[in-house]
Amino acid sequence: MPAVKIVVDVMLKPEILDPQGQAVANALPSLGFEPARSLRIGKHVELELEAADEQAALEQAQTMAEKLLANPVIEDYSVRLG
Amino acid sequence: MPARIGVVTFPGSLDDRDAQRAVRLAGAEPVHLWHGDADLHDVDAVVLPGGFSYGDYLRCGAIARFAQVMRTIVEQADNGLPVLGICNGFQVLCESHLLPGALTRNANLHFVNRDQRLRIETADTLWTSGFDTGQEIVVPVKNGEGCYVADEATLDELQRTGRIIATYVGGNPNGSTRDIAGISNERGNVVGLMPHPEHAVEDLTGPSTDGLTFFTSVLKSLVNA
Repeated sequence: MPAVKIVVDVMLKPEILDPQGQAVANALPSLGFEPARSLRIGKHVELELEAADEQAALEQAQTMAEKLLANPVIEDYSVRLG
Repeated sequence: MPARIGVVTFPGSLDDRDAQRAVRLAGAEPVHLWHGDADLHDVDAVVLPGGFSYGDYLRCGAIARFAQVMRTIVEQADNGLPVLGICNGFQVLCESHLLPGALTRNANLHFVNRDQRLRIETADTLWTSGFDTGQEIVVPVKNGEGCYVADEATLDELQRTGRIIATYVGGNPNGSTRDIAGISNERGNVVGLMPHPEHAVEDLTGPSTDGLTFFTSVLKSLVNA
């Protein structure tokens, strides 16, 4: 079976406080940048899956994201071909 | 025969020995449970200790949830097995969906380590029955990701049904919503607590011996069962 590259991006939901993003945003002006209007940090997961076709790989990755890669209580995720 | 209380060791658990010691001081027999073991060795209750299981990779507790021992614990907790998750153990319980909500990065990003005043909000769980509702206690808190979050409907439900078991008093160490330090499931057999009662069981090493009551509470319920 061919290997299909998949990318899963995981972000904290907008209503969940992101202190890490805030800390990084607060560091920008000290480098002389204008303050960022918003800055949020998430996770970027790259996968190579063996699957019959791209659709099957995407479906597999979708389930992985739901069950493990993201916590739907606090995070949103998106799955796409890499 | 004393009651048998299991303490799980995941790779990266830190407070399993302290939890075992607290169990012994409370008058029960501590039983060491290994993360890869599906058998609970006939224990009467389980403690998930603090630490950094699986390096806290991905999210705290996310990988521990899939350990062999957790599959059995989730099954038996649904049948009434008393389970106490402390700190990382609380995170594992949320990731396992035994408790609602999630624990996220402290609001100030600081790892907070201090003696913390708590208010016991309910004595109606297997792990808090020895307290008086409204009683204030002091136990250590030490976490980097202890900020409890859940959607408003869940928070209202927890409050309405008396499932917030303890709140922070005298300063919220991590930005936790509604000052929540611990919650329980509907039945009251599963409790998650961010602060560490197992570090407050002896005068020599703890700020108080208030923590011991969590362990004696569950013992009392086991004897009465």
